[in-house]
Amino acid sequence: MLAVDTATPAVTAGVVELLPDSLTLLAQRVTVNAKAHGELLTPHIQACLAEAGRTFAELDAIVCGSGPGPFTGLRVGLATAGALGQALNRPVYPVPTPDALALDALALMLDPASGSSGGHPLLVATDARRREVYWAAYDALGRRVDGPHVERPADLAAKLPSLGVHQAVGEGAQLYADVLGLPVLDVKHPSPVSLVTAASAEVLAQARPAPLTPLYLRRPDAVEPVGRKRVTRA
Amino acid sequence: MTDRLILGIESSCDETGVGIVRLGPDGSLELLADEVASSVEEHARFGGVVPEVASRAHLEAMAPTMRRALDKSGVELSDVHSIAVTAGPGLAGALLVGVSAAKAFAAALGKPLYGVNHLAGHVAADTLQHGPLPSRCLALLVSGGHSQLLLIENGLASSITEIGSTVDDAAGEAYDKVARLLDLPYPGGPPIDKLARTGNGCAIAFPRGLTGPRDSKYDFSFSGLKTSVARWVERCEAAGEEVPLADVAASFQEAVADVLTSKALRACRDLRVDTLVISGGVAANSRLSGLAAERCASAGVELRVPSPRLCTDNGAMIAALGAHLVAAGAKPSPLDLSTTPGLPVNVVQIL
Ligand SMILES: [Zn+2]
Repeated sequence: MLAVDTATPAVTAGVVELLPDSLTLLAQRVTVNAKAHGELLTPHIQACLAEAGRTFAELDAIVCGSGPGPFTGLRVGLATAGALGQALNRPVYPVPTPDALALDALALMLDPASGSSGGHPLLVATDARRREVYWAAYDALGRRVDGPHVERPADLAAKLPSLGVHQAVGEGAQLYADVLGLPVLDVKHPSPVSLVTAASAEVLAQARPAPLTPLYLRRPDAVEPVGRKRVTRA
Repeated sequence: MTDRLILGIESSCDETGVGIVRLGPDGSLELLADEVASSVEEHARFGGVVPEVASRAHLEAMAPTMRRALDKSGVELSDVHSIAVTAGPGLAGALLVGVSAAKAFAAALGKPLYGVNHLAGHVAADTLQHGPLPSRCLALLVSGGHSQLLLIENGLASSITEIGSTVDDAAGEAYDKVARLLDLPYPGGPPIDKLARTGNGCAIAFPRGLTGPRDSKYDFSFSGLKTSVARWVERCEAAGEEVPLADVAASFQEAVADVLTSKALRACRDLRVDTLVISGGVAANSRLSGLAAERCASAGVELRVPSPRLCTDNGAMIAALGAHLVAAGAKPSPLDLSTTPGLPVNVVQIL
């Protein structure tokens, strides 16, 4: 399995071996550079395959983070994954990026070394720029119960009591920690293992993938011109 | 050496294009597929291309357009020899979709990638229809995004020099703005051309920008012309007169065609070049091609204008340019290639 994600400032790629009862990371390349998704993603994929000692032809499926995320970078992952799927004739499974982040957070919470007492309801909030966050809420098992949405941190903060979340992850949660008032776990980018985990049931069932559509959550900025001339209606 | 198949991907503005060209052992080019998906209708109500709308449309259209090009040509991706993609100039977000896809195709198929210049692609389109270029020729590129006069020496893979360009609006942009003024739909070229056929191009003497004795000889300016049309129409309305729409359209079109062709032919004369290529979306304009044909004939200059389909943005022109580079033995571009929205025309390939 190849996993890619470009919905956060990280350029993420990894090769993961997925078996019915196990999941093993073979190689990953993650570079945090919000401006280099277009340059680095394909070289990262090549480097992962080389390190894993595998070829493109050996890939069985591709998993791609579908956002939400700042649009320009987000499209790099989807365009790349879509073309790989077409070139290799393999299915491409989109995964909402916060779902993978939630699984990463859950793994951290369940790690005995973390001193945590197990899973808790969780908020995932990534940076949507323009003083907004993309957010989704998860239960103690890492299942999404609300979202994803795009909202101002203060408006999200007002909803937190009803969401019942105790912790948060993501760069948005970090950036607006004072507004949200939740303890923040250190998970900023989705890992290839979590991306594949989020899609594993579908992949193992050889389900037909959902359409490879990004989660934009915002309309394009565009205004219709006003004050046109009325020459012909004189 | 046998035939080589070159795949071309274009996504610099509002057309998603995939073209496939066969490069023969003798350097001949044959067009096998030219599939285009356009988002022009989504931009119409905004009166111009909205970058985010264009980028979204490219992502949606890339796979189906590729599928159609392969199906139409009967080519398998594994038969492709190399892949060419527009790396600039163009809209940043739009370029990134095509380049990301092209990199993935190149990596997955293990084929060389050529990140190429969109403007040089417009000239290469003509070689699909009219064969190789002479050792020296001039190209006039006119579209919604560009207006340039280029000198091409020893083929597209070796040297392209910009000798003139617009200092403000592109020719197609002027058409769009005047169309809005006359309540005609976007894009403005076709409706103005149609309306102009019923009008008199000599009715109104609109100004010819940058044609004074001290002005730059080969540069263009269309902003003053657009303003002048606006003023003329306003004066007419203020006087309570009916605006002679067809005459305005024809006279505007006459001014554009006059300036473009007179400057192009002046450059042919000054630089002793006997072939002129006109390409880009505005090349399909009937008055521009008509006047160019007249003036080229009397100046003894051979005029080459590709068919309208090849003039507008498409993947075939990018495949054709890729084929020129492959034929010239150019080195492929690296897979960490960057898109360059402001790529100058003299850089034919990004390395
Ligand atoms: Zn163009």
